[in-house]
Amino acid sequence: MALGVSKKEKIDGLADTAGVSLAASAWKRLKRSPVFLIGATIIGIFVVLSVLAPWLAPHDPADKMLIEQVVKARNEIPPAQPGHLLGGDLQGRDFFSRLLVGSQQTLIVGVGATLIGLTGGLILGTLAGAIGGWVDSIVMRLVDVMLSLPSLLLAFSIAAMFARPSQFTVILAVAIVQIPVFARLLRGSMLAQRHSDHVLAATALGVKKGAIVFRHMLPNSLSPVIVQSTLVLATAIIEAAALSFLGLGNPDDRIPEWGQMLGDVQNVFDTHPHLAAWPAVCIIIVALGFTLMGETLREALDPKNRR
Amino acid sequence: MALLEVRDLSVVFQRKGEEPFRAVDGVSFDVEPGQTVGLVGESGCGKSVTSLAIMGLLPKRGATVTGTVTYDGTDLLKLSDKQMRDKRGSELGMVFQDPLSSLNPVVPIGLQVTEVLERHRGMPRKEAMIEAKDLLDKVGIPDPNRRLKEYPHQLSGGMRQRALIAIALACRPKLLIADEPTTALDVTIQAQILSLMKELVQDLGTALVMITHDLGVVAGLCDEVNVLYGGKVVEKAMRHKLFAEPRHPYTHGLLASIPRLDAAPGEKLTPIRGSVADNIPWTSACAFAPRCPNALDVCVQVTPPEEDQLGRLLRCHNPVVPGTPAAEEVPV
Repeated sequence: MALGVSKKEKIDGLADTAGVSLAASAWKRLKRSPVFLIGATIIGIFVVLSVLAPWLAPHDPADKMLIEQVVKARNEIPPAQPGHLLGGDLQGRDFFSRLLVGSQQTLIVGVGATLIGLTGGLILGTLAGAIGGWVDSIVMRLVDVMLSLPSLLLAFSIAAMFARPSQFTVILAVAIVQIPVFARLLRGSMLAQRHSDHVLAATALGVKKGAIVFRHMLPNSLSPVIVQSTLVLATAIIEAAALSFLGLGNPDDRIPEWGQMLGDVQNVFDTHPHLAAWPAVCIIIVALGFTLMGETLREALDPKNRR
Repeated sequence: MALLEVRDLSVVFQRKGEEPFRAVDGVSFDVEPGQTVGLVGESGCGKSVTSLAIMGLLPKRGATVTGTVTYDGTDLLKLSDKQMRDKRGSELGMVFQDPLSSLNPVVPIGLQVTEVLERHRGMPRKEAMIEAKDLLDKVGIPDPNRRLKEYPHQLSGGMRQRALIAIALACRPKLLIADEPTTALDVTIQAQILSLMKELVQDLGTALVMITHDLGVVAGLCDEVNVLYGGKVVEKAMRHKLFAEPRHPYTHGLLASIPRLDAAPGEKLTPIRGSVADNIPWTSACAFAPRCPNALDVCVQVTPPEEDQLGRLLRCHNPVVPGTPAAEEVPV
């Protein structure tokens, strides 16, 4: 493993005699992976900040307190000043507060979309992988159709279908796009499980079909899905930002959102690049955090690395 | 009446656009309660398919099973899926070849034992755990309380197979089918597992069908032996008879190819020439004829019938005469 498994670690693994589940042994390896720690630190800070944002933010993100400093004709916006770390935005609202509170939307949309997508994918993937036959064919053709469209384009189309865009429609649009990815992944590993020796052995013990699917096949098929969900968190955040950027997001601009903040400043980008740079950097850092976690999780859950 | 009566069991695999393949071809044998019966043969002779057919574990599509498998008076092949599920694990147990891959890697050993007890004996989890501990104890796993909480990858190969035997015997089945239970283990562990199985079947009065390619396993364990070749039983005899006087050239060849301690130094092993790939179909010949040192013209013209001769069931036109030394050395 490229992530620095020392000899000592291997020896520790051998000496360990208590019951070690896959999750426990993966966690053991993750704890020592610097890459995972960096990702986890980023995400940890991000989550704490977004939960505490309403209390941490120095000002109300919707309050246009600096509006008198905004002079549209001369393209002037409030600069950084005491009490306003990053100055104001185009409508005279405190930019730092908006950035901080904006993390909340990102977290809600990212986690919400991933959870809905995961649930949908688990249901479809289990149906297809466990029942097989025509159920499998129908589900998989549906998945093929959805995967044949570029995911961002599909998310746009779904978001645009709703008459009144809201936070929920963004979540739904991003989630639906993720469903086929999860479904296909789970179905694949379920199929491999269906022909595995331990499933045959369980069948030979008269274990009922439901128990075979939920106790023997599903738990053994989840590793790739778990990894995928961490990676999808990053994708979901980026896609949600893209939807907001294009005005398909929550129209209520009192609630700040990073993608929307990016979209709002398109016209002044050349004169005031910092208004775009900050939300963009935030999106990138959070997406990077989830990706780092996902990649290390993939290696940790790989049974080939298990001792 | 025998506990298990297999009559004329045939399994044909058919894939779309391909020639049907007859993996098992009219196999018949009986297993009396408490008896140990061996199915012996080399890879591809239909041993495992026979066992899967008895257990009803062959895929519905693609495999056609004919004949009858009468267990305790009921034809297993006629039972519904649900009825068969109730029999498996409770009355019919099975132990597979590879102990690691036969255990669920994400479930602790304890839960894998209690699963059967809860399923077939309706035990509550707590009671089942106590029973599971006794079972692990009985199959000789030291410190069973700790092992119950462990996962398959934490057990050694021998212990895993012991655990699987415990699971298979958890509900006291009347019949246990063991499909090469020692093949994946090293030699010292093999001996331990075999003596454990011998002891357990005796204690519990379980009948055992032992499937193996290893005549050493048969010699130590089986009362009656069926030698399979190309999907048919070619020789069926009580163990002592078979080892003392093998009559079918194939059996004779198998025994002659075993290294012996009392052989003269420098003496070469006697292989059976050719491979299973040389088989000709049983339809109008003896499938073994191309590899047989005793082959006559009739062997490639007429299918040898199964006959009760020389105190055993034999399917051969030209049986080996007792006392014949191993077939002449053939260039390999």
